[in-house]
Order: sequence, then structure tokens, then C-alpha cells
Amino acid sequence: MVHVTATPVLALRGVSKRFGAVQALTDVELEVHPGEVVALVGDNGAGKSTLVKTIAGVHPIDDGVIEWEGRPVSIGKPHDAQNLGVATVYQDLALCDNIDVVGNLYLGRELRRWGVLDEVEMERRSRELLTTLSIRIPSVRIPIASLSGGQRQTVAIARSMLGEPKLVILDEPTAALGVEQTAQVLDLVERLRERGLAVLLISHNMADVKAVADKVAVLRLGTNNGVFDVATTSQEEIIAAITGATDNAVTRRASRTVEVQK
Amino acid sequence: MSTDNTSTSLDKDTSAPAVVDAPAAADGAVTAVDPRLLVREQGLSGYVSEFGRKLRAGDLGSLPVVVGLIVICAIFQSLNSNFLSAENLSNISVAMVGTGMIAVGIVFVLLLGEIDLSVGSVSGVSGAIVAVLSVTHGMNEALALVIAIASGAVIGAIHGFFFARLGAPAFAVTLAGLLFWLGFMLQVLGDNGTINLDSEGLVAQLTTYYFSDIAAAYGLAVLAVVVFFLTSFLENRRRDAAGIPSRPLNETLLRTGALAVVALAAAFMFNQYKGLPLAVVVFLAVLVLTDFVLRRTTYGRKVFALGGSVEASRRAGINVTLIRVSVYSIAGTFAAVGGLFIASKIAAANQSAGTGDLLMNAIAAAVIGGTSLFGGRGRTWNALLGVMVITSIQYGLALQGIATPTQYMITGGVLLATVVIDSVTRKTQKTAGRA
Repeated sequence: MVHVTATPVLALRGVSKRFGAVQALTDVELEVHPGEVVALVGDNGAGKSTLVKTIAGVHPIDDGVIEWEGRPVSIGKPHDAQNLGVATVYQDLALCDNIDVVGNLYLGRELRRWGVLDEVEMERRSRELLTTLSIRIPSVRIPIASLSGGQRQTVAIARSMLGEPKLVILDEPTAALGVEQTAQVLDLVERLRERGLAVLLISHNMADVKAVADKVAVLRLGTNNGVFDVATTSQEEIIAAITGATDNAVTRRASRTVEVQK
Repeated sequence: MSTDNTSTSLDKDTSAPAVVDAPAAADGAVTAVDPRLLVREQGLSGYVSEFGRKLRAGDLGSLPVVVGLIVICAIFQSLNSNFLSAENLSNISVAMVGTGMIAVGIVFVLLLGEIDLSVGSVSGVSGAIVAVLSVTHGMNEALALVIAIASGAVIGAIHGFFFARLGAPAFAVTLAGLLFWLGFMLQVLGDNGTINLDSEGLVAQLTTYYFSDIAAAYGLAVLAVVVFFLTSFLENRRRDAAGIPSRPLNETLLRTGALAVVALAAAFMFNQYKGLPLAVVVFLAVLVLTDFVLRRTTYGRKVFALGGSVEASRRAGINVTLIRVSVYSIAGTFAAVGGLFIASKIAAANQSAGTGDLLMNAIAAAVIGGTSLFGGRGRTWNALLGVMVITSIQYGLALQGIATPTQYMITGGVLLATVVIDSVTRKTQKTAGRA
């Protein structure tokens, strides 16, 4: 199922990021290989979003090295990341409700023919793209407003594919989605992996992570707190890593209960 | 995992087996679409049934305003048989151009989901500039006209700058503009208040010139029909060649036929009176051009995108500030153009130009025609339909000798009715999942 090559498409080596007095990321290590889905998990404020933004070029890193296909690169602005082949799908979709599916897929990179929008070619390629990704929507010519949440999310992900990326970052793609829509999106994530893309999936939902991810990288308070192989790790172990198992409300309560029973 | 059991209720009953994990697009297998939502691909009957379904779903388009226009004509014709005379209709057509031009600019601004309250005053400024430059300073009228229109563009860009760059609310900026440019116009006109334009001059000719040769009106009508048919036909052929759904030929023929009837009837009407008015030709040219820009160019796509979601547009790499400033500049330009037609109609620039109900009529025309107040939906042709309604009411009531107060109340009522229809259909659209 997973064909992992030796060189990671993206590797972070000792990446740190400060915002004023706040040390948001400290010596973070992360590797994502082609054809691999890596889930990035952590509690609120663990630094997931910051980490994603450093990769996407929104916040340049302070220390450490970002390696792209084995070579150190500097990602200073979103454009750099896009040029390398990083596509980021943000949580709040970034689609225009009033424009149809084709228009949204090509928003900002419209195809033109003699200076005029080439609707025919855009529609043909959109259909082709949606078919290769097995995305089923009623028509590519209906406005996004008519689509369900899951369909919108799949369109947003499909949109990121137009730039032929090597790494797709999905920021909470299944948040606010129903059961069926979540399954659609997870299907799509698997299809991205089958096409040999590296996927970095940020999620709070352990079920989703267990369902599609190959590896889980846990962030806690801006530092690595373990990278786990999903197949051989229990959900409890991952949650323990996220919450910092030895000292948290759950374990404290557990130990108290034990003491009382004594 | 198969896609069948994870697809939404919309395509549960598609007969085609799901293209499970099979990247087979290259084989041209791009027709895995829901047959129910694409009935229009089944030919004319499919198109008719889709039209019916759209109506029930609240997707009325321009239908209410067309029906409204017919009702208005029927009422006024029954009250006064002169209403549908060629002379009256021709006069309405010329009179509506000034407000209509301003409404075209308003459509652009409404597409962003914003408003421009200054267009009335800006139109007054434009008339005043032409009058002062050409009459008082003896400048060439064509040059004065260009300067007036350019001032409109600059004024609009200034409003856009304050709104887009400095983040001031557009409502407040253009409200300030309304006052400022009104004062500016009075200042430019000076003490005597009214400047009469050369009644044979270029500006006056904007509304007094008619192409009296009957070939002109018919020729334009035929040209419009032929161009419409050819563009639809060629586009459909390209779509067929690319293997994507196209309109059936008989639907294209039906649309062309409908256009031909309307265009030839209008041409016949104009030829019954003085011929094809220059003002109408200019207005139609503007409508065709702006519609093309909005629907066929990347610029238009960006305007619609901004009306849909500013954040999405920004992330798609659209220069939000630039588009906003340019749209306000366009609104200012068309306000200036409209002001020229209004000045031309009375062959003078006076202190009351651009005041009164002009601003409200221009906004009402855009909204009555079907442009959404909430951004992202509308066409510049809406301005034509809307301004036809408003001007017809004004002329019909004037024929009846009904005074201005009643005119205002009736126009207000029509605007309210339109907005109510808009809200109700929007609700229906929501329940039908189309908004």
C-alpha cells in the first residue's frame, strides 16, 4: 500500500520559531515521504498551525533547516512554498460560494484563449481532474453553494492538485463534516497517497488519523513528543503522547482515585 | 473503500458504476455525472423541464422583472393609448440611458457586495465640467467630454482608495463623496448656476442624434442576432469537440429566435419615429462590452470572486485592493458618462443635476433588474431591465399627469416589491439548496 522512498520529500531538522517572547516551536523534527500520509496531532496551542505555516511560507523559521527532497531550502514566503510543490488546503475552505466548481478550481489561474476565459478547456480539465480523483459531484457547472460540506472540501482539495504539488497539507479537513462527508474526504486522502503524493494531515480526530495516516507525529508544547507508526500503536498511546501522559488531569484523577480506594 | 457508499444522497442512484480508484480520465470517461442534475443535456424537453424545476427552486432570474415590465406596459396602455406609441417608447429609450449608465456602474459595485452613494453627485460634476470647459472656456467639446469622463474615473478611484486601501467603510466614504462632489459641482458652476450647452454640439447630440436611415436599426438588430447565434453555435461546437456537455442546437435556435423577435420589434418601433437613437446604440454597446468583461475575462471573474469571498480571493492570489479600486473607478466612470447623457437631455448643466431621485433610481434600477445586494450575483443587462421599469413608470405617470409625489411613492413601492421578491426567492433557493 505504501511505497516509501528513502529520501523524504520534506524534512524539518531542528526547526524553531519564536513570536516575541513566546517560543512556539523548539527543535522540531519531521519527515514526510512520497506516498505517505503523516498525521500531525497535538493539543490546542501545541504548535501544529505554526508548524504548518512555516512549511507553507507564512512564517519563516528562525532556526533549523527545511530540506526539500534532500536539499536544504529557504521558504520565506507562500510563493516559495508553492514553487517547491507544497499545496496547503486551509480549514476554512477558501472557495467562493457564488462561482461554479470550474471557476473555483481555476480561481486565480484561469486558462485563457486570445485573452478571453477558456471555459471549454477549463471545464474539460476540471472533469478530468475530478474523475481521476474519483470525486463525484452532480455537475461542474453548479455554484459551490449547492454542494454539501464534504463535496466542498473535496473540491478544495482537488483545487490544490491543479498546481501538481508533491506535498499536500490538509488543515483539519474533516472538522465540521458529517460521517459520510468525512468518509469522502478520507477516501480522497487515500487517493492522493496512491498517486504518490506526500500528505501532511492535521487533525484532532483520532478516528480519522487511525483510518488514513501511516505515521503520527505528535507535537506537545512546541516540541516533538514522538513519531508513531499507526499500525502498531494504540490510540491510548497517541493520546498519552498528546496530553503528556505522566502529568495531566486524567492521570492525576486516576491516581487520586487509586489513593482513595487504598 | 468504494466511492459508491460514500457519495452523497445527490448521486446515490446514479446507474454508472463508481470509478473506484481508477484514474481513467484519459479515456474520455468524463461523463460520470448525475443524470438528474443534467437534464438539459437531454435536449430541448430536458431544458424546458429544467427551466420549470429552476422556477420551483426559486431561481427566477430576470423573469419577475420581465413580467413586471409587461404588467406596467399593459396598465399604462389601458390608461392611455399613447403609452405604447413609437414616439413615447422611443423617448423612454433615450431618457433611460443616463440613469442606465449610472446603474451599470452600480452593478459593478453591487457585485462586490458594496455600495456607491456618490454616483449622483459625480454625474453632476461631469456635466458641470463639460459645460464650464466647453462653454465658459471655449474648449473643444470632444476634449471636454474626455476630461469629464476621466474625472469620473479619478473620483471613483479616490473613493476606492479610501475604502480598499485605508479600510474605511464604503458606505461612509461614498456618503462623504456625495456631499463633497455636490459642493464641488456647485463651486464649478459658479454664481449663475446654469450653463447652457451648445444645442448643436457633441454633448447635446448624444441624445438628439438619430440614425434616421431605417437600414441602421434593422441592420443593428440583424447584426446582433447573427453575432449571438454564431458565438453560441461556435462555443457549442467547441464543447462538443472537447467532449463536454453542450446546449442542444434547437435551444440555441430558440434563444436566437427570441432575441430576433425582440431586436426586430425594437428596430421597427424606432423606425416608426425618428430612427435609431445614438444614445441607445451607445448604451447597448456599453452593456455588451461590460457583460463581456464580467463574464469572459479574468478581471470579471475576480470581481465575482471578491463578491463571493474576499478571503478566498486573497488566497487565490487576487490583488483585492487593486480590484476594489478599479471597480469604484468604473462606477465613477459610468456615473460621469451618465451625467453627460443627463446634461445632454436638458442641453444644460444646472445646480440640480445629480440630485433628487437620480441616485436612488440608479441603485433601484440595478436591484430591480436582479442584481443581488449581497454581492456576487448579477449582470449588467440587469441595469437595462431595471431602468426600463423605472423610466416606464415615470413616463407612464407623466402621461397621466400624475405629480411627482405620487411618482416617488409608486417607484418606491415597485422597489420594495422587487426586494421582497428577491428575499422570498432567496429563501426558496436556500431550501432548494441553490444559494
